[in-house]
Amino acid sequence: MKKMSVDDKLALDLFHTDEEESHIKVDLDYRDEAEIRKLLLACPAECYKWIDGKLTFSHLGCLECGTCRILSYGKVVQEWRHPQSGAGVSFRQG
Amino acid sequence: MSDEKFDAIIVGGGLAGCSAAIVLARAGLEVLLIERGDYCGAKNMTGGRLYGHSLEKIIPGFAEEAPIERVVKREKVSLLTPDGGLDIGYSSGKLSAGPECASYTVLRAKFDQWMAEKAEEAGAEVAAGFLVDALLVEDGKVVGISAAGEEMYADVVILADGVNSLLAQQIGMKKELEPHQVAVGAKETIKLSEDVINQRFGLASGEGTAWLSAGDPTAGGFGGGFLYTNKDTISIGVVATLGDIGHSDVSVPQMLERFKSHPSIAPYLEGGEIIEYSGHLVPEEGIHMVPELVRDGVLVTGDAAGLCVNLGFTVRGMDFAVESGRLAAEAVIKAHELGDFSAAVLSSYQQALEYSFVMRDLKSFKGFPTLLSRRAIFECLPELCGEIADKIFTVDGAPSENIVLYIVDAIARRTSASELMKQITTVLEAF
Repeated sequence: MKKMSVDDKLALDLFHTDEEESHIKVDLDYRDEAEIRKLLLACPAECYKWIDGKLTFSHLGCLECGTCRILSYGKVVQEWRHPQSGAGVSFRQG
Repeated sequence: MSDEKFDAIIVGGGLAGCSAAIVLARAGLEVLLIERGDYCGAKNMTGGRLYGHSLEKIIPGFAEEAPIERVVKREKVSLLTPDGGLDIGYSSGKLSAGPECASYTVLRAKFDQWMAEKAEEAGAEVAAGFLVDALLVEDGKVVGISAAGEEMYADVVILADGVNSLLAQQIGMKKELEPHQVAVGAKETIKLSEDVINQRFGLASGEGTAWLSAGDPTAGGFGGGFLYTNKDTISIGVVATLGDIGHSDVSVPQMLERFKSHPSIAPYLEGGEIIEYSGHLVPEEGIHMVPELVRDGVLVTGDAAGLCVNLGFTVRGMDFAVESGRLAAEAVIKAHELGDFSAAVLSSYQQALEYSFVMRDLKSFKGFPTLLSRRAIFECLPELCGEIADKIFTVDGAPSENIVLYIVDAIARRTSASELMKQITTVLEAF
C-alpha cells in the first residue's frame, strides 16, 4: 500500500469540529524539550508538531484518545476536556 | 430529555453502559443512557475482538442478529524482526466451536449502535450527543449529572465513560492515569473485498483471523501490532505503552506505517483502501489500576474501572466491560428493591465482580503487566527467535553447528545468566 500522511488519513474521518474552541489547552512556550518530544512521538493524530524550533498544536483532527493528558498534564497540557456535546470525531467504523 | 428523576443514569454508551442499560430496563427500572458521541460507539474503537461469553448471558445467541464481522477461527502470533518473523498459527474446529467460547471481530461504531438499540427495545431512554460535564453530589452522595446546562437526577449513576473517566476522577474515586498504566492504539480500517480477505488469509466465508505481534513494529518499544479480519475490511494497528514512549525515535504513526510495510504484513494489505483512521487508549495495568468501584449513589464499570487484561496472545476488555455492566445493573436492581443506594448496598457489585471471571482473571494474570514491561520481550526475544530460526531453516552447504550449543550461545551473547534467571522468574510469576 502507498504511504499516506497522518493528515490525509484524518481527512477520511468524520469530524464535527468546534473550530473556535479547543478542548485541549497547551502551553506552547513550555521549555522542556524531552517533555515535548514525548507528545510529538505519541500523539496518533500528530496534533503536536515541531516547526522551526517551536511547538505548535492544533485540536483539529484530534482523536480524543487522551494520550497527551496522561503524558503531560500540568506540563505542556494545561487543560484537557472532552469536546463539547456533539463535537469532535465520530467514528463510523471504530 | 426530561427533568423527571430516573431510577438510574448511565454515563457512556459503550459495551458496559449498554449492557447495564439492557439489564436495568428489563427489570422495569427507568433508565437514561447518556452518550457524548453522535451515537453510541461514535467515540469507541477496538482492535478488535469480542469474546462473546459474557454477552451471551444477556442476549443468548446475539451473534445471529448483531453486526459482528467474522467468527474467529484462526489465531496467529508473530515475533517480528526487521525483515521477517517467527509466526505461530493455530486453527482448529475447537476455536469458536460454540457460543460459550466463540469470539468475533467487531467494529464498535456498528456494534455499539446495535447494543443501544437493544437497550431502547428493553425500555431504556438513550440520549446521544450529550456530554456529561459533572456529577451532582449532595452530602457526599452522587445524585445525578449535569449535561449541556441541564441537571438530571437519579437514585444512582453508573459510570461507563471509558478509559478517560474524568467523572470518576472528578469525585476522587479514580486517580489521574499514569503513563505505564495505559497504551495508545492507532488503527486503520482498510477496505478489501470479502473474497480477497478469504483467499489471503485462507478463510471460509464468515470466518476470521486474529493476529497479534511484537518486536519490529514498535521498534523494540513496549507494545505490538494487531490485525483482525472483518467482513470486507481489515483492522490493523499498533499499541504502544505510554510509559515507554521515547524508547526510540519512531513515533506512533510511524510505528503503524512500519508495521503495515513489514514484509510479513504488507502482502495482506495490497490493493486495500484506508477508510478510517482511529486512536484510543487501552488500560494495561490490570488489577493494579482498578479504582474504587462503588460509593454512595455511584458505580464504575468497564474501561473506566481499568478492566482489561493483555497477555500478549489474547487481549481482553470488552467481555469484562459487558460483565461489569451486567453485574453493576444487578446490584442496582437489588438496591432499588431495598430503596437504599448507599455504598454498603451497592458493594454487592464489587463482591459479584470479585467472584466473577473478571477479578479472578485480573488476579490470575497480575504478573503480566510486569512481564510485558520487560525490554527483552520486545527487543531481544524477536531477534533471538529470528536468529535461531535462521539457523534451523538455512541450508547453504556449510557444515552444520550443534543447534543446542548455538542456541545457548545466542542467548549468552544477549544476556547474563543472572539476567536470564530474572526473566525466567518473571515469566513463571506471570503464569
